[in-house]
Amino acid sequence: MAEPLCWPRGGAELLFDGVKKHQVTLPGQEEPWDIRSLLVWIKKNLLKERPELFIQGDSVRPGILVLVNDADWELLGELDYQLQDQDSVLFISTLHGG
Amino acid sequence: MLGKSRLIFPGEKVGCGAPLAGGPSQPHRASPSYGRTPGLLGDSRLETSLGGVGGHVGGAVPPVMFLLPQVLLAWSGGPSSSSMVWQVLEGLSRDSAKRLRFVPGVVYIDEGAACGQSPEDRARTLAEVKLALQTTGFPWHAVALEEVFSLPPSALRCSAQEAAGTEGAYKAAVDSFLQQQHALGTNGVERQSQHCAQDPQSPAGPPTTAQTQALSRLFDSVKTLTAKEELLQTLRTHLILHVARNHGYSKVMTGDSCTRLAIKLMTSLALGRGAFLAWDTGFSDERHGDVVVVRPMREHTLKEVAFYNRLFAVPSICTPALDTKAPEKASIHRLMEAFILRLQAQFPSTVSTVYRWVRVGTGGGGAGGVGPPASSVLEPCSHPRTSEKLVKAPRAGCAAGPRCLLCMCTLDVDTADSATAFGAQTSHLPQMQTPVTQARAAAGPCCCAGMGGAPGCCKREDPRAQVMEQLCYGCRVNMKDLPSLELLPPYILSEAQLRSQRATAEQEIREYLLGDSEDEAGTGES
Repeated sequence: MAEPLCWPRGGAELLFDGVKKHQVTLPGQEEPWDIRSLLVWIKKNLLKERPELFIQGDSVRPGILVLVNDADWELLGELDYQLQDQDSVLFISTLHGG
Repeated sequence: MLGKSRLIFPGEKVGCGAPLAGGPSQPHRASPSYGRTPGLLGDSRLETSLGGVGGHVGGAVPPVMFLLPQVLLAWSGGPSSSSMVWQVLEGLSRDSAKRLRFVPGVVYIDEGAACGQSPEDRARTLAEVKLALQTTGFPWHAVALEEVFSLPPSALRCSAQEAAGTEGAYKAAVDSFLQQQHALGTNGVERQSQHCAQDPQSPAGPPTTAQTQALSRLFDSVKTLTAKEELLQTLRTHLILHVARNHGYSKVMTGDSCTRLAIKLMTSLALGRGAFLAWDTGFSDERHGDVVVVRPMREHTLKEVAFYNRLFAVPSICTPALDTKAPEKASIHRLMEAFILRLQAQFPSTVSTVYRWVRVGTGGGGAGGVGPPASSVLEPCSHPRTSEKLVKAPRAGCAAGPRCLLCMCTLDVDTADSATAFGAQTSHLPQMQTPVTQARAAAGPCCCAGMGGAPGCCKREDPRAQVMEQLCYGCRVNMKDLPSLELLPPYILSEAQLRSQRATAEQEIREYLLGDSEDEAGTGES
């Protein structure tokens, strides 16, 4: 499944080697991809350092906002939202800077 | 509202300032379709407090311009301050329904040396910053933190606000206005921006290697990250105030959001700064006298700011800070941030509840006494004016006079003869000081009796005690993590020495007067 855009912003890109925009294609699997499994995938494949600063438990660290197609993920079911093709997931770290 | 009568400033100086250019990513800034711009302009207290009388910046008649206050926007590149600058741009735009009426400038402090950035990274960041600042169209000042080593001791003095509307000040404002109009020529806006863009009083080039090394040495010598962050904040504040005073800004706006202030409140309590919560986290901070620090973003949470920036494509620049990639328990600030944010994730009213404590304590709350019953630090109030008095009035038993050397709050240390545990804790320093003052008195006048003497000159006296006794409790606790105070910038050490000498001189004069006249020995020393 082609899931195009993972954007870490607001300082979070420092954990991804400074790369802000990641176009990713998720491998096919039986269960549909949701945010929970996406986070696991990101941790394994994209996160270059300090995973605990991005992911805590099975969710993102408090203070990191997740927007799916410019909508707050809380409106979409948070971790249980099932990803669609061409979805854009934006991670904004509000912890950095002021 | 409380703010209306308190914060209107007639007759303040005017400076250059040109409205608007578009943001870097789009030639025309997208104005929202609804008539009233959200965010900053929604704070009626801010609008009224900074409002002047009619007219707009470019072609106004001098008497009208004379009434517009100059406001310095402290921009760190981060999301909150970027959002603040963006909203000021929006507010000054001719399209907006309710125009803001003040003349802004922007200051950026380059803290790369303190954060351990390489010179190449610093240069790259600075280039991005200058580009961003130029696009705002406001007069801007990019200042390196190393400039604290060239600050004068007057940066630590709290001067009274200049009397507004004096004839001399008005004439000076008219003169400078006429000069600017003359200099404008045909390319009005651009030339005006260029004229104001470069800081005429700052050194022409980047900071010297010696200064950068001195700053790095200072921060490397600090033992804990907590103390480093506090020191960085203190130096940054002094520098911003110095820039504001130099260029005639009467207000400084910082982009502290609701979330940040809630975290700051809890952190301040943990650091022993509970007595100064009102100044550290309130809407306006007037402890510096002539320059007032205002926090217009305090009504907005970080989440709202992030969404606003995303929806309106507000550009921001991410620069590594002291605590970037630091673990959770690296400092009290980080720990408190993690605590509050984690609690907020499970109990979404956490931040707003803590924030309401700030409002209750600083008189920002409504007449109904919003929020939970406060602690002994912030007393509950049912009327805003009551808490305003609590904020402004000095603590009972404490003179309003002496202020902390670093944070400029009224000293909250008890006198040496106090019977409280707090007094016992803080009284050991004056006792250490006694043999030193005797030695100094015996040695005659100090060789650097003039102001601004070299910091290392009086090494035979204890400079550490000299500085420590002029700090509030919170600053003393922080300075304990700095083994050698001599690495501090010279303006701090000079001012400490000056105040100490003044105190000694006052003490001697007082003794002389009492000893001289038997009749006046009634009340004794205070």
